[in-house]
Amino acid sequence: MLSAESLEKINREIAKYPADQKQSAVMSALAIAQDEKGWLATETMNFIAKYLEMPAIAVYEVATFYNMYNLKPLGKYKITVCTNLPCALSGGNVAADYLKQKLGIGFNETTADGLFTLKEGECMGACGDAPVLLVNNKRMCSFMSNDQIDQLLEELRK
Amino acid sequence: MTQPVQIILAGVDPAEPDNWRLRNYLKRDGYVALKKIIANKIPPEAIIEEVKKSALRGRGGAGFPTGLKWSFMPRQYEGDKYLVCNSDEGEPGTFKDRDIMQYNPHILIEGMLIAAYAMGVKTGYNYVHGEIWKTYERMEEAVEEARQAGFLGNKILGSDFSFQLYNHHGYGAYICGEETALLESIEGKKGQPRFKPPFPASFGLYGKPTTINNTETFASVPWIIRHGGEKYLQLGRPNNGGTKIFSVSGHVNKPGNYEVPLGTPFAELLEMAGGMRGGRKLKGCIPGGSSMPVLPGDVMMKTDMDYDSIAKAGSMLGSGAVIIMDDTTCMVKALERLSYFYYEESCGQCTPCREGTGWLYRIVNRIEHGKGRPEDLDLLDNLADNIQGRTICALGDAAAMPVRAMLQHFRDEFAYHIEHKKCMV
Amino acid sequence: MINIEINGKQVTVPKGGTVMDGARQLGIYIPHFCYHKKLSIAANCRMCLVQVEKAPKPLPACATPATEGMKVFTHSQQAVTAQKGVMEFLLINHPLDCPICDQGGECQLQDLAVGYGTSESRYQEAKRVVVNKNLGPLISTDMTRCIHCTRCVRFGQEIAGIMELGQAGRGEHSEILAFVGQTVDSELSGNVIDLCPVGALVSKPFRYSARTWELSRRKSISPHCGLGSNLIVQIKQNRVMRVLPRENEEINECWLSDKDRFAYEGLNSDDRLTTPMIKRNGQWHTCDWQEALVFTVEGLKSVMEKHGASSVGALGSAHSTLEELFLLQKLVRMLGSGNIDHRVRQSDFRADDSLEGVPWLGMNIAEIEQLNSILIIGSTLRKDHPLLAHRFRQAVKKGAQLSIINPIDDDLLMRTAHRAIVAPADMVHMLAQVLKAVAETKSLEQVSAHIKQAITAVSITDVARAIAKSLTTNPSTAIFLGNLAQHHPQYADIHAIAHLIAKVTGANLGFLGEAANSVGAYLAGAIPGRGVLGSEIKSDQNGFQFNAARMLGHDANAGPACQAYILMNLELELDAYNPQQAMKSINDAEFVISLSTFKGSITSYADVVLPIAPFTETSGTFVSTEGRVQSFNGVVTPLGDTRPGWKVLRVLGNLLQLDGFDYETSEQIRAQVIPAEDAITRYLNNNLKDYQVNISSKKLDGLQRIGEVPIYQADTIVRRAGSLQLTRDAASPKAWMSTMMLEQLGAREGEIVRLRQGNGEAQLEVACDDGIPLNCIRIACAHPHTSSLGAMFGEVSVEKL
Ligand SMILES: Cc1cc2nc3c(=O)[nH]c(=O)nc-3n(C[C@H](O)[C@H](O)[C@H](O)COP(=O)(O)O)c2cc1C
Ligand code: SF4
Ligand code: FES
Repeated sequence: MLSAESLEKINREIAKYPADQKQSAVMSALAIAQDEKGWLATETMNFIAKYLEMPAIAVYEVATFYNMYNLKPLGKYKITVCTNLPCALSGGNVAADYLKQKLGIGFNETTADGLFTLKEGECMGACGDAPVLLVNNKRMCSFMSNDQIDQLLEELRK
Repeated sequence: MTQPVQIILAGVDPAEPDNWRLRNYLKRDGYVALKKIIANKIPPEAIIEEVKKSALRGRGGAGFPTGLKWSFMPRQYEGDKYLVCNSDEGEPGTFKDRDIMQYNPHILIEGMLIAAYAMGVKTGYNYVHGEIWKTYERMEEAVEEARQAGFLGNKILGSDFSFQLYNHHGYGAYICGEETALLESIEGKKGQPRFKPPFPASFGLYGKPTTINNTETFASVPWIIRHGGEKYLQLGRPNNGGTKIFSVSGHVNKPGNYEVPLGTPFAELLEMAGGMRGGRKLKGCIPGGSSMPVLPGDVMMKTDMDYDSIAKAGSMLGSGAVIIMDDTTCMVKALERLSYFYYEESCGQCTPCREGTGWLYRIVNRIEHGKGRPEDLDLLDNLADNIQGRTICALGDAAAMPVRAMLQHFRDEFAYHIEHKKCMV
Repeated sequence: MINIEINGKQVTVPKGGTVMDGARQLGIYIPHFCYHKKLSIAANCRMCLVQVEKAPKPLPACATPATEGMKVFTHSQQAVTAQKGVMEFLLINHPLDCPICDQGGECQLQDLAVGYGTSESRYQEAKRVVVNKNLGPLISTDMTRCIHCTRCVRFGQEIAGIMELGQAGRGEHSEILAFVGQTVDSELSGNVIDLCPVGALVSKPFRYSARTWELSRRKSISPHCGLGSNLIVQIKQNRVMRVLPRENEEINECWLSDKDRFAYEGLNSDDRLTTPMIKRNGQWHTCDWQEALVFTVEGLKSVMEKHGASSVGALGSAHSTLEELFLLQKLVRMLGSGNIDHRVRQSDFRADDSLEGVPWLGMNIAEIEQLNSILIIGSTLRKDHPLLAHRFRQAVKKGAQLSIINPIDDDLLMRTAHRAIVAPADMVHMLAQVLKAVAETKSLEQVSAHIKQAITAVSITDVARAIAKSLTTNPSTAIFLGNLAQHHPQYADIHAIAHLIAKVTGANLGFLGEAANSVGAYLAGAIPGRGVLGSEIKSDQNGFQFNAARMLGHDANAGPACQAYILMNLELELDAYNPQQAMKSINDAEFVISLSTFKGSITSYADVVLPIAPFTETSGTFVSTEGRVQSFNGVVTPLGDTRPGWKVLRVLGNLLQLDGFDYETSEQIRAQVIPAEDAITRYLNNNLKDYQVNISSKKLDGLQRIGEVPIYQADTIVRRAGSLQLTRDAASPKAWMSTMMLEQLGAREGEIVRLRQGNGEAQLEVACDDGIPLNCIRIACAHPHTSSLGAMFGEVSVEKL
């Protein structure tokens, strides 16, 4: 169900916790699975439930509680812009509006070519670097002026 | 003019990509405190005593005296105990823990080691905010470095002291910054805060005695051990020992982290941050992260940056996030965004928070969009009253306090919005 | 103990007790939703906020520990303001659709809203709408009404032992649901309907069929399993509309199994008999009672004249009342026959003469939770005894070690310390190993030389030693024999060795009673050789004394054991140990009388059908597996011309001119079995005297059947309960085998195979379960799809199609 490489990573996470607390690895297991598959399908969550010996509904609770899990297939690049107050004071909304305009989509929408999905994010703990955005949960981009955004999109489109 | 004092951010230079590494940390007197403890076999009680003397207060938000918290850990307890670091920095305006971990990770590891030694703990977890993945990876690398060098693991530096440290990442939930939600999250569950009592010191991670501190709190400890609690206390003010990192954001010229002695006047901090952007006037400031009450600019300018002074001024030091708003800021819009945040981040278990945050947001949103009603302001106040103090954790308070403070200090602006269906600024 | 004061009244609560505990003791009501005395404390609804002296803010009574000298005010200004504030929040997104809500009239939110709500809402925004979920055939949802108390979620985790419901999402977007595409399948699931304080989770079968205030409530006792759950049966226009638990801490607490809760649908099934029927010249006629009873009497007399009184055999289901079973045995015995039994699924009767009393649980139900080590032998525990399984689960939660010796390895939803999963034929040997392992540390003084000799050759496996250790090193232990053990072809040996292990280790020995009256049937004398309360009946007095196996064991040369059968509440094609044999006997008999509530396929083999009332339409008594005598009254009048069984038997006795059938009331009959002041416990005894154990395990060649009774096929009523028949537990039986077995047979999971047993066959789908021992095949019995097969534990052959 998941690649050997992903399972290897999950096993490393499981080893961080007491032997009878496999469930502790569920957040990282879901993140690893999402990195491999792009999103969390029902079978994927079911697989993780079995792998970690926990109820499937408990996996689902976790997957739906934390914002960064994708429960639906998204564009190749999920761009999450922080628009929370500290960022907004330093151009967070400007960046968001610019992205909307450049991509021709609103929040929670995906471009027709399936390349980009835009999300509104909450505080990423990087307010001093506003505007900030995240690409696919893992890559943070700081000080995102319109020029910087142009460059980023160009790079991603390649 | 107060000079920035570098305790935690000492040696932090984003321009020097390798400064974070163990070898560089060692050059900055890294692990000296730990070595001193182990070499001199300093009794755990003495360490806790030293921390108490330093008047170090929790840097995560509540400002609870750290030494006192450590003394709650049952000493004779047989079986596992845990130490947890709260690096889930999600409070809007705060970005200091990220920099500590990114640029000086070993100071956190050393701080946790000392804490673990003092409380007789063998296993620790560092819960890193999900959105700062690079920083999580940095922590993983740093932990590995420390392990390789014998600072983490079994029989540290040849002593009987063993400590394992693991990083656990979040994945997008502000509430996991609340300490018991964080514990639930490490246990692989939704981050829903637990009712207290029992407190983590008796029933924490996996039901075992657990101590939780903020990243900056732990990072302050090595200096205290190296130089003594007394000296740390003297850096700041009585009951407000040491330095504090303030994350300054918003309408300033140089947003960023500034480590200054507690008690530094706000005006000086503002100057360090390059002063107001465009030379505009300071309208309001949230001095402790978005959950804390906003203060009008003139009040702020007269306030010193320490726990007690800010409390006296009518707000809280919180996590040390200083959000600066100039006179172009629409306070209705500002509150709308904050209310939206708490509405989106409520975990959903307590009725007042689950139902009330949405209600608050919808009203403010209406006012912002010109659909306010005259009775809305009293309603907002009353709803905030009905949420505050009625929930399991303080998120309810965090959602209510900004509303009340905004109405207290900027009521006219709200009334104007309702009456004229547009903004005053 | 801690002393606190609530509203000026002093109360003492145990250490660790809460303000809520104190208030409950004082009878002070504190409004609440999430708090439930049987569930963990969530403190999430915040309805129970009260004022505590010196506390800066109101505190939740349910979660606030009592501390010495604490002063609490539940109705002060601060408390009431807080409670009203919470109530307002609860109502803003609630649809307030009470007029169309099934919970209307019994809704905690509705009740409290009257006291704490305001007449007009300050909430002017759009209300939340939550989509409904399909949780299966038993629970209907209206999730917009949900107040997120999480009682239903905690019930699954803590009581049912399986987390099927969860709260997904967060904040205002939180929703209670099951995992994508799944339903709630626990055999205890219906309890969430009671737990849900609002109308979010309601009964699907009951939905929209009545308003709660139209229903009258009557007390009753469940007829379905040995537990004797206390029921509230709700009636509208002489029809049972719903069944709810009647709280009894010592029995079912506040719970019901789904079987107890939803089986009532069977009572109203189309298959109910409403008039007597007789078969004349091969033609069925409905008729009045007079004609039917005369026909019955003539038929019986004619057989007796031809073949003698001992050619009459009587079999009554242990789901019948004590009174019915008593009269049935009295009737046949007065006729001069000794052939009476209720144990139609038992196959081994060798220990009958050695029984020292009536087999029973061996302790009180509630005491199970105090056990430290438990061994369960031969049981589909969760399905046969859903609420006993819950008691065992609680014991395990408190730290008890649970061991099992079983031919199947179903998930018991609790931690098992040791599991010996062996073929049915190896169970005796496994027990012998445990006995021998026990002897390594305990003296076998009380064990006969014969046994000591027999176990010398036994070699002990690790699991047997572990089980023995668990039994010998923990005080307060018990050994239980489940239904599978009681149906097992070597039941007598299993019983005997279990008894010895219990004797040597000091463990309690108990039986998990299969039916509502498994104990009562013995007490009533519905067994061969023993009359009321175990009084001995010499065999020479009445000729034969056939047990169920003899009565139903068709002999190829001699034909059926009896020529006339009186069957009571039985469908032998489903209820007999070996339906093939049983039906042959019945079909070959000259005259068959069936006292039955349902028609089923009875007309295909009976000569007269007498419609008798189910438990809701007659008074009667059940003696539960813990030996508790519980009498009940009918809650509705009998349907059509149906009559209470005891009245039918009384009239039959009179028409047969037998003495002593002049009962006016069922109480009079009961008094003949159980004299009022008599404690029946002294007749309950699980010991065996002078039984010669045989531990040699017969090596069987073919595939050995493991035939369990599916939960919703166990008795005549539940078989007809429409909604239960839609559950996963009621799915059509499959032929379960291990992967290895499948490979040997060249069969694949999902394919249909032909199964042969005796001269019958059935076609079933193959399924794989590696918990099934080698050379075994698990095929449910008591099901129309498998009733053509033979013995529950016989040899089966598999043919690919
Ligand atoms: C809603 C909420 C969010 C919080 N977020 C954080 C956080 O991001 N980081 C943190 O250190 N503490 C946070 N806290 C405070 C913690 O619960 C806890 O008090 C702190 O980690 C204790 O560490 P300290 O004593 O070192 O400050 C939060 C509290 C609440 C109620
Ligand atoms: S469905 Fe009912 S029991 Fe479950 S959380 Fe909602 S209100 Fe509570
Ligand atoms: S009953 Fe106490 S918070 Fe729900």
